[in-house]
Amino acid sequence: MSQAEATSRPMIALANPARFSSLADRALPWLAGLTAVFLAVGMWQAFFVAPADYQQGETVRIMFVHVPAAWLCMFGWGVMSVASLGVLVWRHPLADVAAQAAAPIGAAFTLIALVTGSLWGRPMWGTWWEWDARLTSVLVLFLMYLGVIALRAALDEPARAARLVAILTLVGFINIPIIKFSVDWWNTLHQPASVFRMDGPTIHPSILVPLLVNAFAFTLLFVTLHLLLMRTELMRRRLRGLRLRAAEAAR
Amino acid sequence: MTSALLALIRRDFRLAVRSGGGFGLPLVFFLSVVAVMPFAVGPDLALLGRIGAAILWIGALLSTLIGLDRLFGADAEDGSLDLLFAAPAPLALLVLAKALAHWVVTGLPLAAIAPLLGLMLNLPPAALAAVALTLLIGTPALTLLGTIGAALTVGLRRGGLLLPVLVLPMTVPVLIFAVSATNALIAGEPAGASLSLLLAVTMAAFVLAPLAAAAALRSALS
Repeated sequence: MSQAEATSRPMIALANPARFSSLADRALPWLAGLTAVFLAVGMWQAFFVAPADYQQGETVRIMFVHVPAAWLCMFGWGVMSVASLGVLVWRHPLADVAAQAAAPIGAAFTLIALVTGSLWGRPMWGTWWEWDARLTSVLVLFLMYLGVIALRAALDEPARAARLVAILTLVGFINIPIIKFSVDWWNTLHQPASVFRMDGPTIHPSILVPLLVNAFAFTLLFVTLHLLLMRTELMRRRLRGLRLRAAEAAR
Repeated sequence: MTSALLALIRRDFRLAVRSGGGFGLPLVFFLSVVAVMPFAVGPDLALLGRIGAAILWIGALLSTLIGLDRLFGADAEDGSLDLLFAAPAPLALLVLAKALAHWVVTGLPLAAIAPLLGLMLNLPPAALAAVALTLLIGTPALTLLGTIGAALTVGLRRGGLLLPVLVLPMTVPVLIFAVSATNALIAGEPAGASLSLLLAVTMAAFVLAPLAAAAALRSALS
């Protein structure tokens, strides 16, 4: 239940943080259970059902973590961008909480995509790191996640931090396709596409189905973690408010 | 409105030239970055000639960003930024004027002295012109993108380090198109595509960056 899917009415209902928290309390056990089931099925399929690749051998199984992580690192910025619109346009009280919670999760999935890609690249390409267009653009995306987190950490005042981080996120939203496009172009200029690619209809169902199951499981994991972090952040903010009030009363 | 913008450009230009530190310092920084490069890669003139254009671009990128953290800082401290908020002209245009003034005292001189430093890096004559041309087209984009970072970090104590962290990832397209255009020009290949894309990035930054920076300034200081 991210901000993205909520239509205007539920958005108004969710504007009450207490109502959101109680809803999250009820939804989280189910979401967590569902995530565990799908992850278990996905991992079982990845390790035991999916066949080893005739060229790549067993290493192809890294794909079942790598590809979902790579998809979620872009999904994470999408969630942050919608939440940022929520901050700047609708001034939804939960939007900034959603944006703040999505940043570390997105950064973590980006790191997972980079690390698994690197581990996969070692046996496949013979190198830990290749300045390939995809790797490079994901690395830049990782840097942008770190920038967003650093900017929020540098700002003390929550309301100001919310708007500034939202602006940076939206600037990034415009920039990321440009960066991706330019990096693709940069790479193809130097070397033609000789790199192993996963996309296209050439993928066999025996691999595609476990991949989709894993993608769904990891997306569920993202949503669960996001909701969990949002709830934690709400509590942290309430605590901060209480402390500030206590400090004022003590004066 | 044009006169207001011109007045702002003139004021920023005078401030940069007359108050100490602003004018010339990015150039010295540029010179320093270029000067330490041969220590890092070795005094091999053939190698330096090959990577010289890239060194000049990295140097220009860093000196542009380093100089930007005070773009709004001084105005925020002495209150003139509040006057800009209250001005009848749109804030985005005023931001653009400030960025232009900043570019005239940093980016333009960088492009102007780049051929001189290129000589020290053993660049062939065609490359000297190519680097100067791409710097002339590309540095406005760097300044404008940096303006967003400057607006986001205005009033922060650690803004000096945060600004490059925020802005450097965004400058990747500028760097890619600029260096590929430079290399194409040096090799005598058609460079029209890269130059057009570089110009496109600069023009897009011209339109979008002041809007984002103005929004950030209002949020940062409200």
